[in-house]
Amino acid sequence: MPISVKIFASLREAVPDAAPRVDAVAHDTVADVWHRATGGASMPDHVLCSINLEHRRAEDVVSDGDEVAFFPPVTGG
Amino acid sequence: MPARVSEQAFDPAMELAAFEATLVRGAFGATASFTGTMRDANEGDAVTGMTLEHYPAMTDRELARIVAEARERFDILDAMIVHRVGDILPGQPIVLTAACSAHRAAAFDACRWLMEELKHRAPFWKKERLAAGGSRWVERNTPG
Repeated sequence: MPISVKIFASLREAVPDAAPRVDAVAHDTVADVWHRATGGASMPDHVLCSINLEHRRAEDVVSDGDEVAFFPPVTGG
Repeated sequence: MPARVSEQAFDPAMELAAFEATLVRGAFGATASFTGTMRDANEGDAVTGMTLEHYPAMTDRELARIVAEARERFDILDAMIVHRVGDILPGQPIVLTAACSAHRAAAFDACRWLMEELKHRAPFWKKERLAAGGSRWVERNTPG
């Protein structure tokens, strides 16, 4: 089952052609998902990540069917 | 009701009244609220409007979690958050946080805490439209 990739705000504009889904490989990390989805683009500093709606780190391992999101520092309120 | 995202402009006074109406009259002696309103300038530039983007499923979860944590952390009867998304104009409310408690200290503390937590945890992003033309993403929160 592929991994769903979501990219938000300024980050989405920086990698507009990023793939919305990627196939998972055993022991893939969040950072691996980024690189596969963006065709090898370097991940900008201060990017925040989530797995299945929970804040996570770039080195955390993903699983089949996860929803992985990347976004810049939040600016609500 | 305790935490919601609104795609429409909202009236903080009406939201606050609706929140208080969910509680037993006489059970609380203090209501503290904070309203964040869009300014017409930022970083020295005139701003004509902005678009607030969010990550809907994660926003809902994070706001609900912040309210639930506030109930555990402070001696309050309840707390609430309303946050706008979509296109916003200067002068319109962006966010409302509120808390009710028996005495003022817990309500004040919880209200401030709700606001600081959502600014650091809830996945919202602002894109400003500049009076001089063009638009830009807001890159960081103001310190307070």
